Amino acid sequence: MSNIATYPDGSCVLLQGNEAIARGALEAGAQFCAGYPGTPSSEIIGTLATVAKDLGIHVEWSVNEKVATEVAAAAAFAGLRSLAAMKNAGLNVAMDFLMHLNLSTIGDRGGGLVVVVCDDPQAHASGDEVDTRWIAQMADVPLLEPGSIQEAKDMTKWAFELSEELRCYCFLRSYTRLSHSRSGVKLGNIPKPERKAMFDTSKCYTPYIAPPKHAALHEQLARVQEIFESSPFNSYTGPAQPELLIICSGSGGPCSLDAIEALNLTESVGVLKLGTLWPFPKSLVEKYLTRTSKVLVVEEVDPFIETHVKETAFESAAVAESLQLYGKWSGHINYYGEMTPDVVIKALSRIFGLEYQTRESDYEQKARDAAKRLVIDRGMAWCAGCPHRASFFALREAIRKDRRKAIVTGDIGCYTLDVFPYGTHQTSVLHCMGSGVGEACGFGELAQFGFEQPVIGICGDSTFFHASVPALINAVHNKSNMTLVILDNGITAMTGFQPHPGTGRTATQDATTVVDMEALCRAVGCRVEVRDPFNIKETTSALRELMRDERGVKVLILRRECELLRMRQERRYPHRVWVDLEKCKGQKCGYCYDVIQCPGISWDGQTDKAQIEEAVCVGCGVCADMCPSKAIIKEEIR
Amino acid sequence: MAISADPLNLIICGVGGQGNILLSGLVGSALIRKGYHVAIGETFGAAQRGGAVFSSVRISSKKSYGPLIPEGKAHIILGLEPLETMRILQKYGNSETICITNTYPVFPIGVLARKEEYPDHDQLKRTTESLSKFAWFIDATSIALELGAKIATNIVMVGALIGSDQLPLARKDIEDGMRDIFPPERMELNLKALELGFSALRSQN
Repeated sequence: MSNIATYPDGSCVLLQGNEAIARGALEAGAQFCAGYPGTPSSEIIGTLATVAKDLGIHVEWSVNEKVATEVAAAAAFAGLRSLAAMKNAGLNVAMDFLMHLNLSTIGDRGGGLVVVVCDDPQAHASGDEVDTRWIAQMADVPLLEPGSIQEAKDMTKWAFELSEELRCYCFLRSYTRLSHSRSGVKLGNIPKPERKAMFDTSKCYTPYIAPPKHAALHEQLARVQEIFESSPFNSYTGPAQPELLIICSGSGGPCSLDAIEALNLTESVGVLKLGTLWPFPKSLVEKYLTRTSKVLVVEEVDPFIETHVKETAFESAAVAESLQLYGKWSGHINYYGEMTPDVVIKALSRIFGLEYQTRESDYEQKARDAAKRLVIDRGMAWCAGCPHRASFFALREAIRKDRRKAIVTGDIGCYTLDVFPYGTHQTSVLHCMGSGVGEACGFGELAQFGFEQPVIGICGDSTFFHASVPALINAVHNKSNMTLVILDNGITAMTGFQPHPGTGRTATQDATTVVDMEALCRAVGCRVEVRDPFNIKETTSALRELMRDERGVKVLILRRECELLRMRQERRYPHRVWVDLEKCKGQKCGYCYDVIQCPGISWDGQTDKAQIEEAVCVGCGVCADMCPSKAIIKEEIR
Repeated sequence: MAISADPLNLIICGVGGQGNILLSGLVGSALIRKGYHVAIGETFGAAQRGGAVFSSVRISSKKSYGPLIPEGKAHIILGLEPLETMRILQKYGNSETICITNTYPVFPIGVLARKEEYPDHDQLKRTTESLSKFAWFIDATSIALELGAKIATNIVMVGALIGSDQLPLARKDIEDGMRDIFPPERMELNLKALELGFSALRSQN
């Protein structure tokens, strides 16, 4: 089978945006790559990990994004080209380090450092739509944004060269529509990286003293801007004197070209596509602003380009004062969500006063009618056999029986589904990686203010290592009264089964020390219990008992492997499961569809009985323990 | 073989876990080997197994287009699940759209939880027909189940797509791509699935 390292120089192959970034790093001779999984960024490190051994490079899943950036920076200090990859939310975790690394430089050994951040406009798989471009401006470091998958590869390679030239890290900003699209990419050569790692200890790199180093960064930005003004990653398509000029970046480029084609505006609208976004190539933009009287800025989420276009126009004597600017502030483009050709079609139609019809009106009417009558949503639910369904079922039972309105603080992982329509809705507060533990700690410190509710914090196994440990130590140190439930399914499941420190395997599948979370929790001073969530009775009673124990911080590890992972390895079902039609009370009960809500159980409308969906059920048999009428039967398959 | 429109817009839709992305990759790679420009946009996000997913595939002999298809501009829809075909058709279809859809429903959790009703089979079929220039219905899941591998449903459907002659691809082009992604021991089954999908569509012509 072929992979990104074996495709030859000069070939054109179908690559995903993240694979193209990975290939770009290899073509640049990157020798050290680190990251923490997060959609839509995970495939960058995932892909590199599969070829690391063949190429003799180091690729790791780090414990979190801050550490990933720190280890990658160390490799750069030692002279290697290195890469750190993360999603938008991960950048928040890495920020403390990055806001100091900019001032220190990345050393004189010539190792370039590229920080790839994948934003998620539309928040397809995120809790926010944070726009990384502002962070580059805040850090005074360059940011590149590819407009196509070919550019994703080429820009990654160039980012390493730029980083080495500047002795400063560079941001490469991707976004869902790039990271998770695919197209044909023309490949270049992968050199054999031969740099030896070494650090010259006569040197010292720190941000101290900041003001002069900050000043130097600004001087450097002016130099980078000059490079950017003539970069081939900024390009113009269209008439010499367009009636309207679109300025865009990222997916704004292809969406604009589609819209112009759809509206037959090729003679009157030009597109200036920017790939070097910070520092902003003002002179280039100014040159095009003088050739038109109307400008539409097409970009996802925040008005970053729009703000800088305004600044450019304001500062320029050459740009006409009558220049009309359309974009977010004028209400033509949204401040949220993903860019699509239709967003640009609507904006252009409005500016030019055009009537655009997607399709014939009678078809449109029929389609709308069909949508209303026939199209229903597909809600998200835990997979059949998922241990989290059982864990939350037990949690619900324990809280109900406890009767003191226990508060549950949640976390990011498959268990986030608890707050979605088909979850159990036990979780009351949920924000980011590890925040469930910190928030639980805080609620558990409120007794002196009359707070009497039991407190249960939730985290997963990967998030435990990522961001929960400091909060847990804080809880012990500050005498919080709380229970932490660690939903340990043995893998970073939601992002595609990446290993973590508790799995005993590295990104490149080498065996390594298992970091024992149980021992770790005990070592910091917690009472620790371990249960199998599929044993609902024992899990429920353990939870009840821990809620009643008011002596400090308790940890309950609910350990059961992710069903998808188990199935991959075992390739067999543990039970045969069926419904005893005599015992099933039908709609009078309805517990299986109201409460259990497993995709493996459906309803037979004719007999008014539950039935097992043979094609979906994985035979975990947990529903047999949940059914109040004992109407679901499980039989072990040997 | 030339393409009937440039860009030719194909949408492959289904439910997370049905192998949507594998299909768009198979078709996309085969077209690239034939020298076409191909861009594929995937919409899956947080939809693990059970969520609505679709891939837009844009094919051109002239230049590289963006991965997103404007609303109402799909030429071909390949649906791995009938409700998902309708979800895409009502948004991206037009009176010239060709539909090839699997008939086997995958119930959303809302239906299993009895909060919603899955649309009536005949209504879904009739409306799919009335919103397309031409619609083929393939019992792909049943064919795959007969082969003893429900997972091969997607390969049956790509067989049907090739059988429809809507793409400048022959069965052999897909077979070549399959060899690159399936281990040798899975090839026989998948070749059979491809062939059965191909003939299932041809038998309806």
